[in-house]
Amino acid sequence: MSRISRRLALAAALASLAIPTLASAADVNLLNVSYDPTRELYVQVNKAFGEKFKAEAGKTIEIKQSHGGSGKQARSVIDGLEADVVTLALAYDIDAIADKGLIDAAWQKRLPDNSSPYTSTIVFLVRKGNPKGIKDWNDLVKPGVKVITPNPKTSGGARWNYLAAWAYALKQNGGSAEKAQAFVADLFKNVPVLDTGARGSTVTFTERGVGDVLLAWENEAFLSKKEFGDDKFDIVVPSLSILAEPPVTVVDKVIDRKGTRAVAEQYLKFLYTKEGQEIAAQNFYRPRDPEVAKKYEKVFPKVELITIDDPAFGGWRKAQKEHFADGGIFDKIYSN
Amino acid sequence: MSAVTDTMPFPREQGRSARPTVHTPPRHEDIRTEPAIVKWTVIALAALFMGLFIVLPLANVFAQAFSKGWDAYVAALVDPDALAAIRLTLFVAAVSVATNTVMGLVMAWAITKFNFAGKSLLITLVDLPFSVSPVISGLVFVLMFGAQGYFGPWLIDNGWKIIFAWPGIVLATVFVTFPFVARELIPLMQEQGSSEEEAAVTLGASGWRAFLKVTLPNVKWALLYGVLLCNARAMGEFGAVSVVSGHVRGETNTMPLHIEILYNEYQFQASFAVASLLAFLAVVTLFAKTVLEARLGSRSGRH
Repeated sequence: MSRISRRLALAAALASLAIPTLASAADVNLLNVSYDPTRELYVQVNKAFGEKFKAEAGKTIEIKQSHGGSGKQARSVIDGLEADVVTLALAYDIDAIADKGLIDAAWQKRLPDNSSPYTSTIVFLVRKGNPKGIKDWNDLVKPGVKVITPNPKTSGGARWNYLAAWAYALKQNGGSAEKAQAFVADLFKNVPVLDTGARGSTVTFTERGVGDVLLAWENEAFLSKKEFGDDKFDIVVPSLSILAEPPVTVVDKVIDRKGTRAVAEQYLKFLYTKEGQEIAAQNFYRPRDPEVAKKYEKVFPKVELITIDDPAFGGWRKAQKEHFADGGIFDKIYSN
Repeated sequence: MSAVTDTMPFPREQGRSARPTVHTPPRHEDIRTEPAIVKWTVIALAALFMGLFIVLPLANVFAQAFSKGWDAYVAALVDPDALAAIRLTLFVAAVSVATNTVMGLVMAWAITKFNFAGKSLLITLVDLPFSVSPVISGLVFVLMFGAQGYFGPWLIDNGWKIIFAWPGIVLATVFVTFPFVARELIPLMQEQGSSEEEAAVTLGASGWRAFLKVTLPNVKWALLYGVLLCNARAMGEFGAVSVVSGHVRGETNTMPLHIEILYNEYQFQASFAVASLLAFLAVVTLFAKTVLEARLGSRSGRH
C-alpha cells in the first residue's frame, strides 16, 4: 500500500472514530446561545433544569452553551448558529435577530418582566483599598486613571457601561447632550484597551493587572471577588447606574424546524421559578421574584437606576441608532 | 536544452538553499576575522532571546499546567468538554492533512509537469491562504454557507449544517493549511523536471506506476515535511476556526478554542493543562521535523 492510501485509510479510521461521537446521546438537545458573563449561571441552571426535566418528563436533556460578546453572538445566530434559545445582554441584540425573521417581532411580550428573568446593573471594580480614590463616574475622567471596558460595538455590557456614564453626565449637566458627549469622550480617552466581550475585559483587569477600574456587570464584579478573593478587589457603587435587563427568548425558526418549542419554552419559564430565581441570585444576578429578592436583599446594594426606556434614551432601538450604529456618537468620540 | 546537466551525477545541490542541507562550504567561509568577544556576544544574545521569548513561556505553560498536581492535570484532560475538543481537533487535523496531501500533490504535479495558460497565476494563488488574515479565511465560508450567505438557505432547508458545525471547521482549516504541502513540493519537483518519469514511461511503465515508483519516492521526504507542518498548523489554528465554530461547548470547540474558554472561565490550571497537551503535540511535530531534516540533508547529498 502506498503512503498516501495508508494515510487516507488512517484518516478514514479516525473519521469514523470521531464523527459518531459528535452526536449527543441525550433524548433532547437544546442550544443556549448567551452572552459572556452568564457561563457559570447557565451551567447551574442547565443542571437544575436537566434534573427537573428528567424527573417530570422521564427523558434526558442536554443543553449546550455558547458564550461570547452579545452582539457577536446575535450575529452568529443570524448567520445560522442553531440556537433554540438566546439569552443575551440586551433587547436590541434580540431585535436584530427578529429583524431577520428568525424570531417573532413581539418576542419581548412573550414572557413576564420584558422577558428579562433577572436584572443587573453596572458597578466599578477597583483594586483593593481603592488607591485611586474612585467614588463615582466623574472620577473616571481624571487624568491618569485607566478605565477598562469592552467595546460597545460588540459587547452588550459595554453598551450598558456607556449609557450609564451618559446618564450620569446628563444629570450632572442639566440634560445637556453636548456635555454628556464630551464627558463620555473624556472617559474613553482613559481606556487603554477595548476587548470584544465583558469576560475579556474582566480577565484583562483581574488576571493581567491592566487598569485602575473595571466597568463591570454587577454579577461579573462579584464573581471576580469570589474567584480571586476579597483581598484583591473592592466594588464601588456609583451614585447613579442603569437597570440592565438581559432578555431571553426562543428562536422560533430553529425550534419549529427542530421540534423543540415545548422544551425550549419550558426551559425559559424555569428561569422564573423560585428555583431558577435562587440560582440567579446565587450567581449575583438581581432576581425579579419579590420573595427571592427579599432573601438576597443584603447582597445587592441599593442604587439609583435609570432604565433604557427613560426619555434620555427612548428604548434600545433609538439608543442603538443614536449611539452605537455606524457613524453614531460612539464612532465620533472614539475616532477623535 | 541542457542535456548535459541532466546526466550529471549531482544535479540537486544548487536550488535547495531554502532548506538547510549538508554541503561543504567554500574554504574562505572558514576564516573568521571577528574577535571572540563578538562571536560570544552574538551567540549569547541569540540564546538569551530564545530563552526569554520561546523557552521560558513554553516552560511556564507546563509549570502552570501542573501547578495543582497530577490529578488536577488529568482531570482537566478527561473533562467531557476537553475530550470532545481533543477529539474534534484530531479529527479536523486528520481530514485537513489528508485532503491537503492529495490536493498538494495534484497541484504540484499540475504545475511542475505540465505547461498551460494561467500556470503562474495558479502558483501565486497557492500562497493566498498565507497572505490573507485567518479572520477573512473564516468569514469567506460564513459568507458562502452562513444562513445569510449564498448557499445557506438551501443548506438549511435540506438539513445540512456547514457553518457552526464540524464541516465548516474542516473547510476553514483546509483553506488555511493548504499551502504547506504544495509549497514544499513545487520547488523540488520543478528542479527534478520530468525526465525520470519520461524514462520510466519510455521503459513501459503506466502513468500511475511512474508516479508511484518514480515521482513519489523522489519527493517523499519533502512531502512528509509538508504534511508535518500542515498538521501542526491544522491542530493549532485559532482565528479562522473561531469565526466558523459558534463556540458550542463539547461540540464545535477545538483545542485552541477550548483553551481560551477555560482561561476566560478562571480555570487557569485546566486551561494550561490543555495548552500543554497542544504544546506537547507541537513539540513532537517539531522533533519529527528535525529528524526529517537530517534525513533530507543526507539524502540529497547521496543523490
